[in-house]
Amino acid sequence: MALSENEVLEGLAEIVVDETGIDAAEVTLEKSFTDDLDIDSLSMMTIVTLAEEKFDVRIPDEDVKNLVTVGDAVTYITGAQA
Amino acid sequence: MTTMNVRRGPEYTRILGLGVARGENAVPNDDLIEPINSSDEWIRKMTGIVTRVRADQDTSVLDLSERAARDAIAQAGIDPSEIDAVILSTISYPHITPGGAPILADRLGATHAAAFDISAACAGYCYGIGQGDALVRSGASKYTLVIGAEKLSDWVDPADRSISYLLGDGAGAVVIGASDTPGIGPTVWGSEGDGANLIYQTSSWLDIRDDRETPFPTLRQEGPSVFKWASFKMPKIALEAIEAAGVTPADIKAFIPHQANVRIIDQMVKQIGLPKHVAIAKDIVDSGNTSAASIPLATERLLRDGDAKSGDLALQIGFGAGLVYAAQVIALP
Repeated sequence: MALSENEVLEGLAEIVVDETGIDAAEVTLEKSFTDDLDIDSLSMMTIVTLAEEKFDVRIPDEDVKNLVTVGDAVTYITGAQA
Repeated sequence: MTTMNVRRGPEYTRILGLGVARGENAVPNDDLIEPINSSDEWIRKMTGIVTRVRADQDTSVLDLSERAARDAIAQAGIDPSEIDAVILSTISYPHITPGGAPILADRLGATHAAAFDISAACAGYCYGIGQGDALVRSGASKYTLVIGAEKLSDWVDPADRSISYLLGDGAGAVVIGASDTPGIGPTVWGSEGDGANLIYQTSSWLDIRDDRETPFPTLRQEGPSVFKWASFKMPKIALEAIEAAGVTPADIKAFIPHQANVRIIDQMVKQIGLPKHVAIAKDIVDSGNTSAASIPLATERLLRDGDAKSGDLALQIGFGAGLVYAAQVIALP
């Protein structure tokens, strides 16, 4: 069953916290991965890959640049779920 | 009916000797940051590299290869004339033909050896080990010399932010011969040509022939995509190599991946689930990414630093432009 946006956000936050060590409360929809959460391009790829596994979706490399904010990623993943 | 003879070789092989040569100059990050508008801190954070070894201008791929090979042959305790196959793995030897291997064989005194180059980029050393193992076990060769050698500094663009600042020069050589016990496990190898666009040279020789304004070709990569492929797909290949060898991660004493990026190495260790006792090769910190040479250089470093010893089982995996990959478990020389 497809997860809600809130459930995706919660799961994504777990991945981000695990990769970066930042506080889960920091991972909110409006936050920019690069500017607000200080996530570099390689950490972003790790987060994307772990999100693909966790949510059973595929995120092509060329789409990653469009995932500027946490909200962008949540929307993408929610929409990509079968 | 007349039947032909076929050769048969020994059941097992191992690496009998290892030799290496590093570029003569340790180049710090500060020497490279200006054209890429970067910093020592950024390069360390993104790659783990502090210095990369680069060769003098008049040092060639074959010079580096010869230095490494002489030490490997000496450690193997054989005469160069006993080597009957020479495999030179390189992407930076600057001739389409003839290959570098016959010239190298002649320089070493392996004057009648079968000798050829292979182009398998950063997987080239492990491709060579797989071939050397097969040649000896088939009886096609008694002693095969495998060299991974690169002078990548000839193919860098100082203004390139994708890969040039990672690259170094060096060579690593091994002699493979018969063994009483298994010393080289099955090679798990393959390619993914649909990823050929991820690591590449900027233009072909024909582009330059047809337009003399075309810059000399240099290397580029799609860094984040390569990171993802190497960090998350290559661990599966590494685990296949462990399984093919009939051992478990607990039996592995050293992990010697291609030295592409410390961030890749760390993620691979995590994904493979290697036990804490395994020594992790990180020669990249001082030597940089030397493509086909990086695994033997890192092997030499582990042994020299006492982090692993002769006879220990090591998991090695090469991966890179092609895309190509190869992995095997070996007993350290």
